[in-house]
Amino acid sequence: MINTQAAKTIYKYEMLRAWNTIMQSFVSPIISTVLYFVVFGSAIGSRIETVEGVSYGAFIVPGLVMLALLTQSVANASFGIYFPRFTGTIYEVLSAPISFVEILLGYVGAAATKSFIIGMIILATSGFFVELNITHPFWMLGFLILTCISFSLLGFIIGLWADNFEKLQLIPMLVITPLVFLGGSFYTIDMLPPAWQTVSLFNPVVYLVSGFRWSFYEVADVGVGISLLMVLLFTAICLAIIWWIFKTGYRLKQ
Amino acid sequence: MDMNPIISVAGLSKVYGNGHRALHDITLNIHSGEVLALLGPNGAGKTTLISIICGIVNPSEGSVTVSGYDIEEDYRITRAMIGLVPQELTLPSFDTVWHTVCFSRGLFGKEPNPAYLEQLLRDLSLWDKKDSAIRTLSGGMKRRVLIAKALSHQPLVLFLDEPTAGVDVELRKGMWNLVTGLKKLGVTIILTTHYIEEAEAIADRVGVIHKSELLVIDDQQALKHKLGKRQMTIELEQPIASVPHSLSGWSLELSGEGRQLVYTYDSHSEHTGISGLLDAVNSTGLLLKDVSTSQSSLEDIFISLVGTE
Repeated sequence: MINTQAAKTIYKYEMLRAWNTIMQSFVSPIISTVLYFVVFGSAIGSRIETVEGVSYGAFIVPGLVMLALLTQSVANASFGIYFPRFTGTIYEVLSAPISFVEILLGYVGAAATKSFIIGMIILATSGFFVELNITHPFWMLGFLILTCISFSLLGFIIGLWADNFEKLQLIPMLVITPLVFLGGSFYTIDMLPPAWQTVSLFNPVVYLVSGFRWSFYEVADVGVGISLLMVLLFTAICLAIIWWIFKTGYRLKQ
Repeated sequence: MDMNPIISVAGLSKVYGNGHRALHDITLNIHSGEVLALLGPNGAGKTTLISIICGIVNPSEGSVTVSGYDIEEDYRITRAMIGLVPQELTLPSFDTVWHTVCFSRGLFGKEPNPAYLEQLLRDLSLWDKKDSAIRTLSGGMKRRVLIAKALSHQPLVLFLDEPTAGVDVELRKGMWNLVTGLKKLGVTIILTTHYIEEAEAIADRVGVIHKSELLVIDDQQALKHKLGKRQMTIELEQPIASVPHSLSGWSLELSGEGRQLVYTYDSHSEHTGISGLLDAVNSTGLLLKDVSTSQSSLEDIFISLVGTE
């Protein structure tokens, strides 16, 4: 049986940590996204024609939300579990009468919630710059939540794997950022040369951005069903890795 | 003290990934309500043993049960019964005392109970620091915060890993009083230490771990009986150069620059040989200044078991 009290305790603790560091947690990602709007949406976007019938400023909104969501999910979740490992306070979590389910609900749940809040604020902020048109709000929320969860799971894995602060930064810098920029946040895949279009299909972020953008403008690089399937597959792979980590004690228990 | 084992360790071994053997075939029972001190030099395996029972380290071989429940299969039941105070002062520096204690209680699945936690902090002289950030506290206070965290979910068993390492004499006495108080409440306490006087002062039973093996475990009196020595020292008026031939049957040692004859004997045996020895000494014509007896301390026993390294 799940120890809901324990999961709630970790969740509340992590949320309180975000609240105590509100500048880093909420304000800074929002400011950086606004800068993207100003630079890409207004300055450069004003010289670009519409993309598939959508103004460039509006076109990049889903991509920008995804960009913030992915980086924040990974950063929040990886730091959330890495820090107690670094300070040694993880002993308490490991000796508590809980399984990896409660630990995930607490740490990943909190990281995903924080990213979700950031995503919603960015979405609301973008309304000041461009006219937003969300055709499928239910799908939009679905993709938003799934992305928060799946990339918080990825961040959690990174936080468990890293054994120093450099490694904690390595994956987000070397892998996540390129994937996001090459994932169609600022363009559609068919704008790329054919060879790069094929390469892009191996990038999970393409499916996220495509599905998310479809929920706004019904413009997509790949079918929405395939997008959903790929996100679910990615989530399942992350869950399987975490299950294995806790089963074997890799990096957690000697 | 209830003689039923609350913790049973059977054939427990641990070899770390780097090949280091930390525990070898440890078997022991810990009785409900007792204070057990695990003595041993640094690196003997004490912390590994505790860490396995608490679920922080995976065992390589063997099994552990707490109140009859297996620590791996029934970990939710066994861990709920255990509180752990680690050796290092590992605390979330930016949290307040109250916040961290509430977190610990919740983590163990217990409903909030401010009244209990207030009493706990008062008992540990931490109540006036409840809103202070942990990083602002002294080392002794941090140690007490760790104890408060471990007791926050009202465990039946408390592990104290080197609770008085680097702690001044006054705080150490305070810790001993705390242990005695918890024992009265029925909490089973297992503490590791390399201060022998600590084990002597508060433990019901003492186990000695050395080079990953449990050398001995027993109550203090039985240990002294089994492994200790009793000695009689005869002080002479005048120094002598060697033990007189007529006293060779007692295997005496000559010490104190020839002024002391030391006789080691078993006080529990039928014939200690004391009367005969004193008669024999008299008949040699040696003049006696004083006669005294002594019992080996736990420290003597410890040193005889693990050496002086």
